[in-house]
Parts: sequence; structure tokens; C-alpha cells
Amino acid sequence: MNIVERFKNYLLRHIQVMLSSLGELWRHPLASIMTIVVIGIALALPAGLLVMLTNVAQISGQWQDSHQISLFLNDEVGDTRGQQLAEQLLSWPDISAVEFKSSSESLEEFRELSGLGSMLDNLPKNPLPAVIIVQAADDFSETENIEDLLDRLARMQDIALAQLDMQWLQRLRSLNQTAQRAIQILAALLSISVLLVIGNTIRLSILNRQAEIRVIKLVGGTNAFVRRPFLYTGFWYGFLGGVVAWLTLLTSLAVISGPINALASQYDNVFSLQWLAGELFLALPLLGVLLGVLGAWLAVGKHLSAIEPN
Amino acid sequence: MINFNQVYKRYPNQYEALSGLSFHLERGEMAFLTGHSGAGKSTLLKLIALIERSTHGQVIINNQNLGRMPKWKVPYYRRMIGLVFQDHNLLHDRTVFDNVALPLIISGENHREIGRRVRAALDKVGLLGKERNLPIALSGGEQQRVGIARAVVNRPPILLADEPTGNLDPELSQEIMQLFEQFNQVGVTVFIASHDHDLISRMPYRRIVLQNGRLAE
Repeated sequence: MNIVERFKNYLLRHIQVMLSSLGELWRHPLASIMTIVVIGIALALPAGLLVMLTNVAQISGQWQDSHQISLFLNDEVGDTRGQQLAEQLLSWPDISAVEFKSSSESLEEFRELSGLGSMLDNLPKNPLPAVIIVQAADDFSETENIEDLLDRLARMQDIALAQLDMQWLQRLRSLNQTAQRAIQILAALLSISVLLVIGNTIRLSILNRQAEIRVIKLVGGTNAFVRRPFLYTGFWYGFLGGVVAWLTLLTSLAVISGPINALASQYDNVFSLQWLAGELFLALPLLGVLLGVLGAWLAVGKHLSAIEPN
Repeated sequence: MINFNQVYKRYPNQYEALSGLSFHLERGEMAFLTGHSGAGKSTLLKLIALIERSTHGQVIINNQNLGRMPKWKVPYYRRMIGLVFQDHNLLHDRTVFDNVALPLIISGENHREIGRRVRAALDKVGLLGKERNLPIALSGGEQQRVGIARAVVNRPPILLADEPTGNLDPELSQEIMQLFEQFNQVGVTVFIASHDHDLISRMPYRRIVLQNGRLAE
């Protein structure tokens, strides 16, 4: 046999084993389906949470970065002094932009936004302070830099109050990061359980085929030859489990998308549900196959050496 | 072809199955291995097939020193040895054809070559009409012939048999032995462990007799 023919036979043999191991699953449909559904659910759970998380991140990402600080000036600080202060702040390296609003400008803005209109004219004096809105430079946008800047600004003489805008958004992000970490841990744990489920299923089929393995070894079968059908069994479990996970996820999203779109319309449709269907269609079966083959490999490796033709 | 030089085999429980065994089988020779049970016959065959390794001494088969053979080479080495067992070791969920084809599938032959060689082997053992049967549907003698067909299908230079007629009546045993003779006539080195004295005393081949793990002269 020359090399080309040998390689051709080898490939053919792989395809044969691939199909026959699929046929093997088909011959025990109930047991196979149960295993595949378990794998599917275990993969769908973290993937579903990931989709939710991605959507939350997308919503919160629509608000501007929270590097904006409002400085409320003391009442006795005049407009000129305020202007000067703003220009002085602009020269700080960690500040990229400033905007000065005199107390009367603030009142004007408030009049427009609040809709209180002429009612405000009845006030004996303007209750709003002058404001300097400071934008932190991008290079200094880490939390500790911002807090340091906030601290220095708050201690300045003319400033009554320095307030970091949309601090809640940052909290949301931290929360999001925490959730992300939790999902990663969950995904890792569930991946291990997929590995164990496949490993255990393969282990049972190895025990059922001990006699066959022994004979194969006696007539000169390599470990790779013995391992191959089991690896393909793992491959199919993982792949089909991944497909089941994908279908489960899409069904769940279809169920949930109605209420979410209704909710979104009440918020001027600032967001729409991201399905990530394409990405997950690739990722879930791929992950399944990886875990399946690895699980099978571990199971076979443990038993291969134990089954010697003795 | 088969060369044992001061071979010892001691099992973990301190039982010594072979004690300083030396003998030599020529290429193309046919010989019987006899001795009462427990004399070390099976152990000796296992050492040749590298199912087990010797504790001391050299086993040299076809110019290869088995003591130096790395584990990964063992499957390839086994492909040049045809093994026939007393209990056939057939796979009962596969047809006769698939059982015989197994060594060829393992060595990666192509489909057509497998069909050709399996049929040739089955023809030689007189079972050509039964290739679609399951082993369970065959008689004991026929099952043993399937086992022999599987052992010779990839034309190994050495054929080992461990009590191949152990479960057969005298007439069938005679047929099986004639099969082995036919393979020997085309150049295969044949080594048969048997305690069927009536049968082997009627055949003109060398006898290697084991007693307590040694040659009995």
C-alpha cells in the first residue's frame, strides 16, 4: 500500500467509525436522548445567562461614560470667579473639559426642563447655585483616579459639593461584572458536569464492550483504534447536546421576547433583545464537541490500560 | 523464528511458571507444545504473543528481541502472529465475515482487498457459504474454523494455537489439525499447545514437552 492509499483508507475508516457510532446511539434511542438532553440543558443554562448579561450590558452601555463630575459652587462665588475657576481647572492634567453654568443659566435650564415656567418668577431669589461640569480625562478614568479627583475638588474653597454623576451606573456595571464572574463559575461547573456525564456514559459502553476490546488488542489493534469509536460517541453526544442547547435557548428567548419588546417600547425602544443566535449556533455545538471528546478520552484512557488481553 | 534463551517467568505471587526455558523453532517449522496443565504452556504462548513479558531471559521472535520492544510497537508486532484459542474468542454480535475481517480493518486495508482476503480465508477453512451467519449459528468445529480464518487472514508468518481442539471430538480435531498442516506447507511457522496425546502422536512433528516450567527430555 502506498502512502496516499493508506491515508485514504484511514480517512474512510474515520468516516465509517463516525457513522457507526452515530448508528450505535440510534440503536438505543431512549438512553441516548436522555444523555443528550442532560448535556443540552447543562450547556443552555450558562449560555442563556450569558445572553441576558450581554443584553443588560448593551442597555447600560447606551448611557454616556460616567466620568462627569458636577461642582456646585458656594453662593457667594460670583460669575467671574466661577469662570476663572473653570479655566483654572481645565489646566489640570486629569480634566479634559469644563463647562461653567452661572446660577441664572441653571435656573433657565431648570425652567425649561421642569415645565414650571413662570411659577419660578415668584421666587424671592434664585435658589440654584452656579455649577461647573467637569469631564475627567480618558487617561484618568479609573475608579481610583476619579475618586482622587473628586476628593481634591471637594476640598476646594469655593466648592460646596462635588458630585460624581451617574454613580448608580457604575454600580450597575460592577453588579454586571459580578454576575459575569458568577456565570463563568457556573459555566465551568456545568462544563465539568457535562464532562462527567459523557465520561460516565462512555465508561458504561466500554464495560459492555470489554470482550470486543480484548479481541481487538489480541489481533493487533492499537490503542488509537480502540479509542476511536468511543471518541466519536463522545463527539456525537457533545454535538447533539450543543444543538439541543441551542434549540432550548432559542425557544426560551422566543417566549421571553414578547414581554421584553413590550417593556422596550415603553422606554422608547432604546434597546432590543439580542439573540446571539448565530454566535451560539457555532459556539454551543463546538463546546459540546470539545467536552464530549475530552470526556470520552478521559474515560477511555482510564479503562484502556485496565483491559489487557489476559 | 521462535527463540527462547534462559527464560524465566515469575508471577507477583512468587509462582514461577517458566524456569530457565531454552528452545528454538526454525522458520517454517511446525511443532507441538505439550505437558500437563500448569506446566507453563499458556504462559509460554503469552510470552510469544507479548500478552505478558518474561521476568528474565530473552525471547527473540523473527529476529526481534521482545524484551526491548516498547509498548507502542506491541500492536504492530502482534499483527505478524496469528492466534487461535480454545474458546475461539469470536465477537458474537458480528457476522462471520466481520469477525474474520477485523485484523484487516485494524491494519487499514481497503474495502475490496478486505472482501477478497476474507473470502479466501473462509474458503480455505471451508466456510465460504456461512459468511453472513452469526457465530452462534455455527457448530463448535465451525466456530473454531472461523477463529483460524481470522488468525490467518492477514497472512502472518507465525501461527500460535492454544488447545485449538480442546472442545472438539476426535474427527473434528483431525480436520482442524489438517488445516494447520496446510498453512505450515505454505511456509507458516506453526506452534500448537495441546494435551491431546492420541492426536499429536499420530503426527510427524517435533514435540516440546514442558514439565514444571522446564523442558522435559
